[in-house]
Amino acid sequence: MARFSFFGEGLPGIDLGELKGKLIVLEGMDGVGRSTHIELLKQWLETNGRAVLVSSMTRSTLAGKRLRQAKEGHTLGSITMSLFYATDFADRLENAMIPALKAGFVVLVDRYVYTLMARAIVRGVDSEWVQDVYRLALKPDGVFYLRVGIDELITRVLQGTGFDYWESGMDLHLGEDMYDSFVEYQSRLLAQFDRMVESYGFDVIDASRSIEDVFGDLKERVLRMLDQRAPQTTS
Amino acid sequence: MKTYGKHRFPGRLFVVEGIDGSGKSTQLSLLHKWLESQGYVVFFSEWNSSPLVKNVTRRGKKKKMLTPMTFSLIHATDFADRTEHQIIPPLKAGAVVLADRYIYTAFARDVARGVNPEWLRKLYAFAVKPTVGFYFRISLDEAVRRLRAGRKALKFYEAGMDLGLSDDIEESFHIFQGRIIEQYEKMVEEFGLQVIDATLSIEEQQAQMRQLVTQTLTDTKKTRIRRWLDLASLAKGSQV
Repeated sequence: MARFSFFGEGLPGIDLGELKGKLIVLEGMDGVGRSTHIELLKQWLETNGRAVLVSSMTRSTLAGKRLRQAKEGHTLGSITMSLFYATDFADRLENAMIPALKAGFVVLVDRYVYTLMARAIVRGVDSEWVQDVYRLALKPDGVFYLRVGIDELITRVLQGTGFDYWESGMDLHLGEDMYDSFVEYQSRLLAQFDRMVESYGFDVIDASRSIEDVFGDLKERVLRMLDQRAPQTTS
Repeated sequence: MKTYGKHRFPGRLFVVEGIDGSGKSTQLSLLHKWLESQGYVVFFSEWNSSPLVKNVTRRGKKKKMLTPMTFSLIHATDFADRTEHQIIPPLKAGAVVLADRYIYTAFARDVARGVNPEWLRKLYAFAVKPTVGFYFRISLDEAVRRLRAGRKALKFYEAGMDLGLSDDIEESFHIFQGRIIEQYEKMVEEFGLQVIDATLSIEEQQAQMRQLVTQTLTDTKKTRIRRWLDLASLAKGSQV
């Protein structure tokens, strides 16, 4: 039996039995250090002889560039935006992640369908609908949810890049200024993520600790996952 | 989110469906002119025309990088953008909206490409249900005959060449369009489409359309005719 499965109807023309690699997802809000840990994991895995592919949002060959441009214009309706992201996701899934899985790679995904669903829901898109859309997606081997509380998150963003228009949900008019809007938007997102922990079986990692501690946890869990499922017995 | 059949707008939405060569665009443009001459405010929206995603689709097609799934999703994105910007606002304002191809085109084409039909219906759940959906029924042979008379080479995706049905584009086109017709025929009942016999004369088809449309237009806004009437009365006044 194939080790992988889709959330629902999935993609046409894909033989799940051909997928051999590992699909590992890092989820969490902006500023929790996802990209840092993806990079660390990549280096560590490669040092240990594992081939790695990293896939990040809005990086599809098909729609990535246009999607990033469209965001700058701030003219996307919420359903349109969800579907544009879904197009970008499907292109990366079919043309990058799945081929890499076939070749036995470890695929590290910087935010998967969960971020896309959470953002859409916060923007008023029907949650059942957006879950239906992502019935096309492959179920990952593991989802590591890097979690920090809202106060910690604000501090980090202030120390980092500052408030971004979309990350502050400014299109939603949630507050008088970027700060109010950011707090409200990120709190709503956080609530969506927390809600998904159980329904999607996230592995929660306390990301308020030092990079070393968080990475130590991640390494241990990834190792366990690779060992557990690595020696594939073919039937 | 309001779903298919649940929207309540004062406007009216008429859509035309059918394979290429069925004459649906000709009929829709005749309807458009007539509705305007009757004083209705008419908006027109065409499949795959959103400025937002048009270029992505064009490039994807040109470079043959679309899979059945991304083909489906990019068209859904286009449709969502037009729904949010071109279709819903005029319907809210009480205008008449005409669409050349609608969600049924996606259902027919994408299913012919192997995408799951139930999933597609969920994907397009946000679409507004048309007041009347016209399906121009034509046989494949007749459509091909018409296309040959007026048109250049068949296109890659339109012939379903991405599916590897045949190396011969003509043959692939036949198989693929045949599957599409099969899907349309199934949808006639499912969505209550109004079938128009596309082999009748243009005038006859148009008469049938106008009759069906008229029945649904009671209490629909007519702004232009009022303007014309006002001008007419002004003109009269100055003559005295």
